[in-house]
Amino acid sequence: MRLEAITQPSLLRKMVPPILALITTVIFASFLAMIAGANPLSVLGLILKGAFGSQFAILETLNRATPLIFTGLAAAVAFRAKFWNIGAEAQLYAGALITVVLGTGVLPWPSFTILPTLALVSILAGAVLLLAPALLKTRFGVDEVVTTLLFNFIFLLFISMLLEGPLKDPMGMGWPKSARLIAEARLPRLVDGLRLHWGFALAVLSAIGIWVIQTRSTLGYEMRAVGLNKEAAAFAGISVNTVLVKTALLSGGLAALAGFSEVAGLKGSLTLDLSPGFGYTGIIVAMLALLNPLGVIIAALFVAGIFVGADSMSRAADVPTYLADIMLATALLLMVLAIMLTRFRVVRD
Amino acid sequence: MTKDATEVLRLNRITKRFGKLTANDAVSFSLNQGEVVALLGENGAGKTTLMNILFGQYTADDGTVEVFGETLPAGNSRAALDAGVGMVHQHFTLADNMTVQENITLGVRSLFSASLDRGAARARIVELSETFQLAVSPEARVGNLTVGERQRVEILKALYRDVRILILDEPTAVLTPQEVDDLFVTLKQAVANGLSIIFISHKLHEVMAIADRVVVLRHGKLSGSARVQDTDTTSLAAMMMGTDAVPPVIATSAAGEALFELKEVSTPNIGTAPGLKSVSLALRANQIIGLAGVSGNGQAALADVVGGLRMPAQGHVLLGSEVLEKWTPRVAVQNGVARIPEDRHKTGTIADFDLTENAILEQYSTAPFSKKGWLNWRKARAFADGIIEKYDVRCPGAGTRIRLLSGGNMQKLILGRVLEAEPQIVLANQPVRGLDIGAVNYVHSQLLEARDRGASVLLISEDLDEIMTLSDVIYVIADGRLSPAFTRGEMTPAELGIWMAGQGDSPKEVSYAS
Repeated sequence: MRLEAITQPSLLRKMVPPILALITTVIFASFLAMIAGANPLSVLGLILKGAFGSQFAILETLNRATPLIFTGLAAAVAFRAKFWNIGAEAQLYAGALITVVLGTGVLPWPSFTILPTLALVSILAGAVLLLAPALLKTRFGVDEVVTTLLFNFIFLLFISMLLEGPLKDPMGMGWPKSARLIAEARLPRLVDGLRLHWGFALAVLSAIGIWVIQTRSTLGYEMRAVGLNKEAAAFAGISVNTVLVKTALLSGGLAALAGFSEVAGLKGSLTLDLSPGFGYTGIIVAMLALLNPLGVIIAALFVAGIFVGADSMSRAADVPTYLADIMLATALLLMVLAIMLTRFRVVRD
Repeated sequence: MTKDATEVLRLNRITKRFGKLTANDAVSFSLNQGEVVALLGENGAGKTTLMNILFGQYTADDGTVEVFGETLPAGNSRAALDAGVGMVHQHFTLADNMTVQENITLGVRSLFSASLDRGAARARIVELSETFQLAVSPEARVGNLTVGERQRVEILKALYRDVRILILDEPTAVLTPQEVDDLFVTLKQAVANGLSIIFISHKLHEVMAIADRVVVLRHGKLSGSARVQDTDTTSLAAMMMGTDAVPPVIATSAAGEALFELKEVSTPNIGTAPGLKSVSLALRANQIIGLAGVSGNGQAALADVVGGLRMPAQGHVLLGSEVLEKWTPRVAVQNGVARIPEDRHKTGTIADFDLTENAILEQYSTAPFSKKGWLNWRKARAFADGIIEKYDVRCPGAGTRIRLLSGGNMQKLILGRVLEAEPQIVLANQPVRGLDIGAVNYVHSQLLEARDRGASVLLISEDLDEIMTLSDVIYVIADGRLSPAFTRGEMTPAELGIWMAGQGDSPKEVSYAS
């Protein structure tokens, strides 16, 4: 068996494999639910209900999607230029860290400036964090996958040290937890009475903004050119290294906004369990979205829905929440396969 | 040469469609034992598709391939090889850091066989290279061989596998005239030993020199076939083109002042290819300067310096009378340097960008295509549409991804991109490599037009005919050193060939000792 390229795939060819991928994911999950001793149909129903079945469920899903949109955008932007930022987790914590450092009452400015300042400083923190791997790559050819991935662990231990030491909340009953943000540093709710904060709106606006940058700006053009063909880009006069550094700054800033939004919008303080791997899940989100910034919103809702739904299902049906991880991994692998099948057909020798 | 009429290969009404395009339309031809058949055709005429079907890379929509009377299973990439068909590709598939013998025997013996039996393999290679006059040492490291020698290794590799049918894809593109003669001796020897050869080319005189029969493809269809003794280059060209090909009429023009100068420029080596060694060269207005040479002798370094990709390590570059301090691709473009790169697929275009995006690749950052960092797609689209119209780029529209275009149409878009602003300096690096005669004539006429409106054109080519036809002044580059300037008609191809082999009189400036 081998693959044969399809020059101009039909609409059917583009649509069917991804849909099949999702259906197969669901069937596989049902099979696992059966092994766990539950009725697969009711498990799937419970996941759906838990994710989108009520106002509370929907809001919970949107809240969970918010950091995933940011980290998904971070990955999508970087991967488009073939800059492999695997360090969104560390950049997220950098944003969260600077938010709790500056958001606990040290800024002497008028209250309406606090939130914009925190957001901007978070972006800067994430950008600076990714600057070193970017420069190591462009100057010395150091592989950014290695540097960004390993730096995640270093940075998380650094946060852990801070939370056990200088940042530890004196009122925190000994828990490794930072002091709480002042009220002016909290993101308000989108609608009074509904548990959804402005971080979600900021995430959607960011996605639209990134889409506009990618399709309309010279920077977006440069990023796509560098990602598709470095050699031709350099020949045409695009400074590949400058574009890579700019891409890194943008990507790091977006990931940091996830941390800012989680702390200022949801948690109110920094703990070590702020992110259950949002930085890594963002990569899945970006891949599922085919690196399209607007697609990131939909993919993040899908991923968040599975997580929130599986939490709720697990309480009702006694099937472990790990089912959500398996579903995501299956969906991602099958989606990669499906995308290949939209461009190639399998031929039997 | 004895020619019995045993048919060894037959293609029966091969048809292959890609969407609306029919790449091969009921193509039939046959090859007899001991015969050289030339497969002639423009780029995009369907030669490559036909060979890919023969080797099972593509499955034909209709038709069959028969080798020695047996029909090959469709779409099986091993079938043709197993049946004794071998191919020497234009781009060699050799491992540089292995010896000739290792390259030749690679993959022949089973992975699990205990002994390599080097002695027998070596004896066989020596015997083959003597029989077919393919002089090359089995112990030599491939990385140290010249292009001509590497091609011999490729041919030996096929012979070692007992091929009965040998297919050569544009084998002369990278050779000096002397090496071409050697190759032809080998091919004649091979035919005398009972091999059958398909010789893919678009160089008419070579086809006339080596082939017994010529099969011509045009727009995917068989447009004619003839025995060589019954035809001539004019009628072959007519079969390829559909009409009589009209080469541009060229008169030497009087050179103007120097627009761009290299003064004793040296650059570091690029990989195994030499850099420039104290090269001085003036590009004068109203002139085509031809740079001949065997591939990998410093052409790339020279093109990089002129095109703004490389500053000299020693020496100076002058634009007019001004010594350049900062010379980047963008500065070069802004100062009226048109750059037609050697590899239009890898460096000239971005395959997954559409025509519009590719058209503005060099100028996207300036007005009218962008303002304060925001692109004006309407202007970009209009620019691309203008090029498509004026330079006759055949495509479904400016929104087509450029990877779907043929080489000739891709090159026309690049020509439009760089020539629209009427540049003063034109760097044309292998501008017609792989193009059909129609596109070749078009590119040449554009270069001549640029010269006639006063531009200086640096034409770098491995095709000596092209250099000798077009150039007002000819230089030869060998091992990074430049020969003296020769005027049109001063040298014969053979004399230039001696310079190309690095054995002309001592080059005029050899101050760089390496």
